[in-house]
Amino acid sequence: MKFFRFDRLAWIFMRVSGFLLIGLIFTHLIVNLMQDGGVKAIDFAFVAGKLANPFWQWFDVTLLWLALIHGSNGMRVVIDDYVYRTGVKRFLLVSLVISTTTLIVLGTLVIFTLNPCPVGSPADLLPSFCAAG
Amino acid sequence: MSIKTPTKPKTVFRGTLYRGHEGMWSWVLHRITGIAIYFFLLVHVLDTATVRLDPELYNAVMASYKTPIMGLGEAALVAAIVFHAFNGLRIILVDMTAWASRHHRALFYGVLVLWAVVMIAFLPRHLMHVFGG
Ligand code: HEM
Ligand code: HEM
Repeated sequence: MKFFRFDRLAWIFMRVSGFLLIGLIFTHLIVNLMQDGGVKAIDFAFVAGKLANPFWQWFDVTLLWLALIHGSNGMRVVIDDYVYRTGVKRFLLVSLVISTTTLIVLGTLVIFTLNPCPVGSPADLLPSFCAAG
Repeated sequence: MSIKTPTKPKTVFRGTLYRGHEGMWSWVLHRITGIAIYFFLLVHVLDTATVRLDPELYNAVMASYKTPIMGLGEAALVAAIVFHAFNGLRIILVDMTAWASRHHRALFYGVLVLWAVVMIAFLPRHLMHVFGG
C-alpha cells in the first residue's frame, strides 16, 4: 500500500503548497512588477539589495522549493495522464527529477552565496551600501 | 459498412466536476496554466542565476525582460498565475467542504470575476511601466 500513501501525501502537499504559494507569488509579483518602476527597475543593485536581507533570502528559498516541487509534481501527473509508453514515460520522469533537483540546488546556492559587492565591478551597478565599505 | 446516424444523447451530464461545461473548462485551464507557469519557472531560475556570475551579465539578461513583447508576455504570465491561484483555491475548497462542492459552478464564476478584478488592477500599472517612458 506504499504507492497509495505516496499519492495521498502528494495530494495533501499540492493543496498545502498551493495555499502558501498564493501569498508568496502575489507578494513576489507586487514587489517586482508593481512597486516603483516595475520590471524596468530590476537590475543587479535591486536584487543584491533584496538578497542582502535575510527576510528575502528565506522568502525566496521557500518560494523556490515550494513552486518547483508543486510544479514538478503537477507535471508528473500530466505525464502520467498522457504518456503510455513505459520507456518514454520513464525517460520523462527521470528528466523531471534531475532538472527539478538541479534547479533547487542552483537556486538555493544563488540565494545564499550572492556577494552584493563583487570587487572590480563598476560602483554604479552595485547597491548603494557597497560604497560605504 | 453501415453507418448509424448519430443521435443526440439524451442524458446530459450536470454537476460532474470533470465532464462538460464549467467543470471541464476549469480543469483544462488549470492544467494549461500550470504547465505554462512550470516552463516559465525553469527559465526564470536560470536567468536569475546569472546574478551570481556578473552584475553586467545579469543586467543584460534583465534588459530582455523590459522589451514591449516581453512586457506583454509578463502580462500573460500574470493572467495565467492569477487564474491558477484562484481556481486552485476553488479546487481546495470544493475538496474540503460540502458547501463548496455543492456550489462549485457558482464558485467558478466567482474565480472568473476575481481574476478580472485583479487583472484590471494590474494591467494599467504594468503596461505603463512597460510602454511609458
Ligand atoms: C499560486 C498558487 C497556486 C495554487 C493555489 C495552486 C493550486 C493547485 C491545485 C489545487 C492543483 C490540483 C492538484 C490536484 O488535483 O491534486 C494544482 C495543480 C497543478 N499546479 Fe498549481 N497551484 C499554484 C501555483 C502553481 C505554480 C507556481 C505552478 C508551476 C510552477 C503550478 C503548477 C501546477 C501543475 C503543473 C499542476 C497539475 C495540473 C493538472 O494535473 O492538471 N501551480 N495547483
Ligand atoms: C514577470 C514576473 C516576474 C518577475 C519580473 C520576477 C522577478 C524576479 C527577480 C528580480 C528575482 C530575483 C530575486 C528577488 O527579486 O527576490 C526573482 C527570483 C525568483 N522568482 Fe521571480 N519574477 C517573476 C515571476 C515569478 C513567478 C511567477 C515565480 C513562481 C512561479 C517566480 C519565482 C521566483 C523564484 C523561485 C526566485 C528565486 C530564484 C533563485 O533561487 O535564484 N517568479 N524573480
